[in-house]
Amino acid sequence: MPHTRRPFPFMRPPGLDLPENRHGVLIVGAGPVGLAMALELANHDVSSIVLDDNNVVSAGSRAICWSKRSLEILDRIGVGERCLRKGVTWKVGRTYCRDEEVFSFDLLPEDGHKMPAFVNLQQYYVEEYLIEAARENPLVEMRFRNRVSGVVQSRDCVRAEIETPEGNYRLEADYLIACDGARSSIRESMGLDFAGELFEERFLIADVELKTEMPSERRFWFEPTFHSGQSALLHKQPDNIYRIDLQLGWGANPRRESRPENVIPRIERVVGHSDFRLDWVSVYTFQCRRLRDFVHGRVIFAGDSAHIVSPFGARGGNSGLQDVDALGWRLAAVLRSRSPRNILEDFDAERTFAADENLLNSSRATKFMTPTDGIERLLRDQVLALAAKAPFARAWVNSGRLSVPCVYPSEGADDGTMPALSRPGSVAPDAPVENGWLLNRLGGRMVVLALGCEMPRVDGANVFAPRVTDMLRHRYLGIATSAVYLIRPDQVIAARWPYPDPASVEKTISRLWRLGK
Amino acid sequence: MSALIDTPNLADHDGFYAELLAAHRCLDEKRSQALNAQLIMILANHIGDRRVLAEALALALRDIG
Ligand SMILES: Cc1cc2nc3c(=O)[nH]c(=O)nc-3n(C[C@H](O)[C@H](O)[C@H](O)COP(=O)(O)OP(=O)(O)OC[C@H]3O[C@@H](n4cnc5c(N)ncnc54)[C@H](O)[C@@H]3O)c2cc1C
Repeated sequence: MPHTRRPFPFMRPPGLDLPENRHGVLIVGAGPVGLAMALELANHDVSSIVLDDNNVVSAGSRAICWSKRSLEILDRIGVGERCLRKGVTWKVGRTYCRDEEVFSFDLLPEDGHKMPAFVNLQQYYVEEYLIEAARENPLVEMRFRNRVSGVVQSRDCVRAEIETPEGNYRLEADYLIACDGARSSIRESMGLDFAGELFEERFLIADVELKTEMPSERRFWFEPTFHSGQSALLHKQPDNIYRIDLQLGWGANPRRESRPENVIPRIERVVGHSDFRLDWVSVYTFQCRRLRDFVHGRVIFAGDSAHIVSPFGARGGNSGLQDVDALGWRLAAVLRSRSPRNILEDFDAERTFAADENLLNSSRATKFMTPTDGIERLLRDQVLALAAKAPFARAWVNSGRLSVPCVYPSEGADDGTMPALSRPGSVAPDAPVENGWLLNRLGGRMVVLALGCEMPRVDGANVFAPRVTDMLRHRYLGIATSAVYLIRPDQVIAARWPYPDPASVEKTISRLWRLGK
Repeated sequence: MSALIDTPNLADHDGFYAELLAAHRCLDEKRSQALNAQLIMILANHIGDRRVLAEALALALRDIG
């Protein structure tokens, strides 16, 4: 059964009748990023109000590939296991050139992680699970059909003008997080430059319900015979829905191409029969842009409002959730007067760095898929030709490099004998511990992970010292016999030492909260 | 310090030059370009050193770019 969208109720906001007290945080936009943001803040005991102009979840699948890191974040805010159960787990991707397979990859062939490399799940399911969790959470208030029409900030407060079906009102808050998507009206009203690149290319995106089963793999074709001269992508989703992306060229007319009588014959050529039902169709143009700064006083941008990428590589939705990861604990610390406001600069620095990495990867993939005429096309075509005869060139075929969390630049103490994959700036690799999982044990707090040594108590972090298993040794010790890792509330490794050094650990903790010297 | 060797390093360079001309002899412009493109990528992979490749690109670009 395909998904049906049920509208969420509009409830008359108190501010229509009486001025409301000032709030801590307003979140504009109930997309995956805004919703996850509210739940993440709630994990840190901070309440928020989520305002959305709409009252239904996303139309169409939109973001479908949720990465391991996203699933781990979703798990921390209570919906990860549900996404995993409903989603289609996949790890094999195949790339075809003309009709020959030239390249395949197997993501995460390694055991001992709670979450797989990728799960395919329509954005509307993820939003639905998040909304259910938000509505059950006493620290989150959802206000549907509340459109933010203006934002004004002063030195100590931000004010939002809000339109509802029953009239207009205003809210004041300490911070406003603009999660209002790619066309962010808040970004626009603040006159912020959204610089980057538009690619002169159009893709048709269709969700198709098929009766027949196809394998749970990502399939990408360059110039297949069924779609002459262009690229195509096929992805399996739950409920027998398949996502098909077809390159159309810049000259295509989006309105005409979206009509069923034009879409259906194209799909028939991809799947080889006509036993299917069209669920959703859209035409997509690529852009790669970002705001220069994500923090503007008391207005903070996260998700598509801050950065947009082309979809190949699944870096849209996934990078938005990582914004949430990097912002939640820091904003909570500011609101609870634990940290000074300049801790938000660390969020800004890390996430603009990550946005650049995502933009770089997705614009490279987009250039490969849609080369301009002349030398770009020549080089691209010769990579494809080489791929058929030389193994090295297969890896050069770029149909999107799938989202992995970036390694943040870090000044944290490091020890070169320990494994590179857990160096400071990286997300802590998961591993089984004591009938559970390491990342679940870390939760959302500052933790000192002590392996193979006795760690004394430190101020400002819980010590966790599990028995050293082979997997922990492989991921955290390498050839070292003992190690002490300081792990931030967003499960990013801040620093590591070969032996317990409580004074250095405490100094690093203070620096992470931006306290004193 | 330079990673790229830009001093004599190939023994029979006259022979290689002749081989390169011969390979292009029966090709039209488009195929010649394709051949060059593939050759660059094959050699780049063989060299396997990003720094050498960057210096080679810079050297080729000098006076051209
Ligand atoms: C056709 C299409 C296909 C896509 N395919 C992929 C894909 O394959 N893979 C991928 O990773 N990503 C894909 N994306 C991108 C992905 O959907 C986004 O990266 C993701 O939705 C970003 O989440 P967000 O919460 O930042 O923004 P959104 O999901 O856009 O949410 C923004 C929310 O803000 C609300 N809003 C906007 N303005 C206001 C206002 N003034 N007041 C109140 N509320 C407001 C909107 O109603 C919306 O609910 C696709 C997007 C589209 C449009």
